[in-house]
Amino acid sequence: MKALKAIYLRELRAYFHSSIAYVLWVSFLVITGYFFFTGVASYSMASMQAMQNPMFMRLNLQEWLVSPLMSNMSVIMMLITPLLTMRLLSEEKRSGTLELLLSYPLTDFSVVLGKYLASLTMLALILAPTLLHLAILASMGSLHWPAVLVGYLGLLLEGGGFLALGLAASAMTENQIVAAVAGFAGLLFLWVVGWSSTVVGPEAGAALKGLSLGSHFENFPKGLLDTADLAYFLIFIGFFLFLSTRALEAKRWKA
Amino acid sequence: MIEVRELTKRFGASVAVDRLNFKVNQGEVLGFLGPNGAGKTTTMRILTGFFPPTSGSAAIAGFDVVDQPLKARRAVGYLPENVPLYVDMRVGEYLRFVAGAKGLGGQQVAAEAERVMNAVGISARSGQLIKQLSKGYRQRVGLAQALLGDPPVLILDEPTIGLDPAQIVEIRTLIKSFAGQKTVVLSSHILPEVAATCSRVVIINQGRLVAEGPPAMLTPEAASGCLVRLVGMGPAQELQAVVGRVDGVTGVRLEDPPAGQEGVCVLSLDTDGGLPVRAEVAKAVVQAGHRLVELAPVTVSLEEVFVQLITEDKAHSQEEEAA
Repeated sequence: MKALKAIYLRELRAYFHSSIAYVLWVSFLVITGYFFFTGVASYSMASMQAMQNPMFMRLNLQEWLVSPLMSNMSVIMMLITPLLTMRLLSEEKRSGTLELLLSYPLTDFSVVLGKYLASLTMLALILAPTLLHLAILASMGSLHWPAVLVGYLGLLLEGGGFLALGLAASAMTENQIVAAVAGFAGLLFLWVVGWSSTVVGPEAGAALKGLSLGSHFENFPKGLLDTADLAYFLIFIGFFLFLSTRALEAKRWKA
Repeated sequence: MIEVRELTKRFGASVAVDRLNFKVNQGEVLGFLGPNGAGKTTTMRILTGFFPPTSGSAAIAGFDVVDQPLKARRAVGYLPENVPLYVDMRVGEYLRFVAGAKGLGGQQVAAEAERVMNAVGISARSGQLIKQLSKGYRQRVGLAQALLGDPPVLILDEPTIGLDPAQIVEIRTLIKSFAGQKTVVLSSHILPEVAATCSRVVIINQGRLVAEGPPAMLTPEAASGCLVRLVGMGPAQELQAVVGRVDGVTGVRLEDPPAGQEGVCVLSLDTDGGLPVRAEVAKAVVQAGHRLVELAPVTVSLEEVFVQLITEDKAHSQEEEAA
């Protein structure tokens, strides 16, 4: 436990000592800010039309603004999370510090978990300022906060899945770039794998949809909390953390 | 304290360590010697749990490195050869991290970091980034992290490599100061270093044990069998006869005198003793009315001793294979 805490704090500090965290942070906020702005602008236009023609449509902030914003955020997250995790284990392997780290009386899993929790904390810190957008919105209109919080839970779960996969990629190589590219490719594949569900027949289609990151995320921004989605992400995270640990241990098997 | 039995490690087809056996007792400083690629680092990595042996076993403080890895690792402080530190961290910050990673908590973390910084003399550098330190100071930081948690066993892989002579002496003195309290395994391919710091030596080559014993077995006299070179002025035959009568001289050979020096004669003597025999030889030559120019034990360099041991081993194993 103490070892896990030491590793967690060291990684967290490393994020703040390197420029990459700040660059990702600022990029994420600028892009989500832009999406928020265009979302609000088009919403206000739609409201004007709705005012002139009450039969035109029923407007709802969650459905028209918050939910698309969160979907956009999830895509940006997919682009930035491999960059948060690429360094975590590959750098230790390349520089040889892993040899020293593994000579300490700690388990491989505490190394993996400490680093994972640090990246998850960093992601939460990157997401947190976007709550300001919604607070501004709430001051001017009526926002259903429980639905918003379910959406954020979804973002954290999904981001947590992204990070776990990225960490596993980082555990398998000494090269940060390879870790980032492999992590990104894996995420993109798991994101789009559900898209072909309509062409492969009903059973295989359901299986592909069940595997897909995207289809398990889509309920959260609507404010829907489905235990199947919850279980999917928790299993997803657990599986890739397990894989990361195994990849570290693989060094210890090779006979 | 450390027990290695039939330790073997293969990487694919190549055998890095081949049925190695040795023991290190409590408080001993063991020199682990061998040419580059002999399997020193591989053995140390097995001892520190980085990877398991292919077969055989290794135990530290009674804990098997494979079956009870955490307990075995708690007893070990390790300094790898290239001293892999987190160069972006400050010295004190790094040592506090390692203290935590080694399972220390609360007040102990800062206290232990302070203690090891004092032990290796880097307290003044506590706030400096590791990447800005010289090689010698990095080595000390490496040694400091090994000392954290006060493990009874220290495993140091080439601790003085790449240091300047003054730093080498400092690190050596530091390691010597552990003798008696800590069990130290120190690898090196520099013989004087081992002779100067260790109480026992294990020599390996191509993964196999070549020799084991006190460092004295590496000293020139042991290897040369007390060969003495004498340079005198006088008739060669007479000198040879005078020297041959001295007690303790078992053989005298006449060597070619150096070119261009008339009247000089060079003898090489086999003796069965050290200093007293040489003193008697000197006395006999002078009393017989001859002039003595030089009298010195022949020094075989440590490297030659080493090469000799290794080639002997090679010949031996070839015989074994033939038989």
